[in-house]
Amino acid sequence: MANFIDDRTIEYVGILAKLELSDEEREAAKKDMGRMLDYIDKLNELDTSGVEPMSHVFPVQNVFREDVVTNGDESEKTLGNAPEEKDNMFVVPRTFEGN
Amino acid sequence: MDKSELLHLSAVELNRAIREGKTTAVEAMEAVLEQIEKKDGQYNCYVTVAGDTALAKAAEVQKKIEAGELTGPLAGVPVAVKDNMCTEGLLTTCSSKILENFVPAFSAEAVLQLERAGAVVIGKTNMDEFAMGSTTETSAYGVTRNPRNPEHVPGGSSGGSAAAVAAEECFFALGSDTGGSIRQPASYCGVVGMKPTYGTVSRYGLVAYGSSLDQIGPLTKTVEDCAAVLETIASHDKKDSTSVERADTDFTSALVKDVKGMRIGIPRDYLGEGLDSEVRDAVLAAAELLQANGAVVEEFDLSLVEYAIPTYYTIAAAEASSNLERFDGIKYGYRAKDAAGLHQMYKRTRSQGFGPEVKRRIMLGSFVLSSGYYDAYYLKALRVKAMIKKAFDDAFAKYDCILGPVAPTTAPELGRSLADPIKMYLGDIYTISVNLAGLPGISVPCGADSRGLPIGLQLIGDCFNEKKLIQTAYTYEQCAKEGN
Repeated sequence: MANFIDDRTIEYVGILAKLELSDEEREAAKKDMGRMLDYIDKLNELDTSGVEPMSHVFPVQNVFREDVVTNGDESEKTLGNAPEEKDNMFVVPRTFEGN
Repeated sequence: MDKSELLHLSAVELNRAIREGKTTAVEAMEAVLEQIEKKDGQYNCYVTVAGDTALAKAAEVQKKIEAGELTGPLAGVPVAVKDNMCTEGLLTTCSSKILENFVPAFSAEAVLQLERAGAVVIGKTNMDEFAMGSTTETSAYGVTRNPRNPEHVPGGSSGGSAAAVAAEECFFALGSDTGGSIRQPASYCGVVGMKPTYGTVSRYGLVAYGSSLDQIGPLTKTVEDCAAVLETIASHDKKDSTSVERADTDFTSALVKDVKGMRIGIPRDYLGEGLDSEVRDAVLAAAELLQANGAVVEEFDLSLVEYAIPTYYTIAAAEASSNLERFDGIKYGYRAKDAAGLHQMYKRTRSQGFGPEVKRRIMLGSFVLSSGYYDAYYLKALRVKAMIKKAFDDAFAKYDCILGPVAPTTAPELGRSLADPIKMYLGDIYTISVNLAGLPGISVPCGADSRGLPIGLQLIGDCFNEKKLIQTAYTYEQCAKEGN
C-alpha cells in the first residue's frame, strides 16, 4: 500500500469529521482510507496542467433574492423535531466549562 | 376491475382507467396497500407506508378527478418516494439511524409537483444509508430483496424504489441518482429509470449527498410513464439555486417510434474487461435492433473511462463530508444520551447515528478537503472532471446518443458486495461519469441472463437532450415488445 495512514492522521480526520472511532473502527478506517487513496492516486497518471478545476458543469452563478419571509411562522413544526426543547428554544448540552 | 389486472397497469394506463370510470384512485391505492401487505414482508421495499393517510388523499383526488379539476396523466396514481426526499408529516429517515424520528415540516419540490398533478404518495422506500451504496444493503432498516430473485440485491441506492416498481407495490417511484443510483437498480430489477440533466428537477427537499451530482428522477414500468413523470417533476425552482430554467420539458412529445438517422455511438471502453458476456450480448443485440430500425450505430473510443470512479469518489466524499455536517443532534434526529459536553455530544451522536459506509465516505471527504491535501486530491479531481466533460462534448459532436450497459453484471447475490468497497465501486463504472458531466441517462430493460436476472440498456444524451433519449428508448422498447 503506497498510502500509509498513521494514528495521527486518523485522529485528525476524526476531529474534522466529528467522529469518535472505536479501536477496531480506527484500524479498519486506516486500512480503508489507505486503499482508497491508492486508488485515487490513479488520477496522477493524467497530466492536468492548464486544466481549470470544474466545480459545476454549467456556468452557475449565485442567485440572490430579497430577504423577506414568505412562509410564515413554522417554529412549532420545526421544534417538533428537536431532541430537546424548552420555551421555544433548542436545548443543548453545556457548551462552556466552569460556572 | 380485477385487482391483479389493476396492478399490472402502467401509471398512465391506470390514470386512463380511472378517467374512464373503470376503477378509482381509492381502489388503486387499496390494491397497492394490499400488495404491500402481501409482499413487503419478504422484499422490504418500504421503510414507511402512509396507509390510511394515503387512502384519505386518494379519496380527495378521486373527487377532484370526477369534478374535472385534475386532468393530468398521473392523477390518482399511487407513487412510492425514496426516503431521502422530505415529505411533510411523513417520516423521512434516509435509511439512517440518525434520522430515525425525523418528520419534515415541508415536502420536496418534486414531491409537491407530483401531488399537484394528483399522484398520491404511498410511502417511503428503502435505500442505501444517505444514498451511499450500490446494493441497498447499507440501510439501517434491513436489506431490500430483488423481486425478480429474492436471493439477489435490488441494486442501489434507490433499491427500494426499483424493487417496489418491479413487485407492483406501486405504479411508479421517485429515486435519486448521484452516481447511478436510479439507473443501476432499474437495471437490476428490470424497470425503466432515468437521471435527468443536472438542474432539471429541483433538489429542494432532497437530503443532499453530493450536491453537484445529485438529481431526482423517475423509476417506472414503461418509457411512456418515465416521460410523463419527468414532464411532471421538471421545474424551475427558485428554492434551488442550481435549478435550470428550460422550456423544452414536454417530454411526452418525444414518445415517437422512430430512430431513422439517429446517430448512436457505443464506447469500446464500455465493452471491455470486467463486462459480463451475457450483459454484453444483450446490449449489443439491443444496438442491432436499433440499427435494423434505421439508427446509425458505430463503436468509438470515449477515453478516460477508468478515471471516472476515483474522480467521483473524491468529489462525492468531499461534498458528503460537508453536507452531512448538519447531522449533529441539535435540531432534529437522533441525539446521543450519555455525552458530557457539546463536542462529545456531536461526536457520539454522529458515531452512533451513522453506519460504516457513511463514516467511511465522511472521513475520506474530510481528508481530501483538509489543508495540505486539498490541491492534490480535491482540485485534481475537479480538473479530471473537466477532462471527462470534454470527452463527452467531443462524443456528442458526432452522436445523438451513447449506448452501453448500465452495469458490468446483473444483480449480485445478497451479502457479497460490502466486504470489498472498491470492488463495489467498480460496479458504477458505466453510470458514474454521466453524473460528473451533468448528462441525462436512461436505463431500459433489454433481456435477462441465463439465471433470469434482468439486464439494463443505458442510453446517455448530451445535456438537455432527454427527448432524444426518450425517443430512442421508446423505439427500442416498442420494437423489442413487437419482436422486430
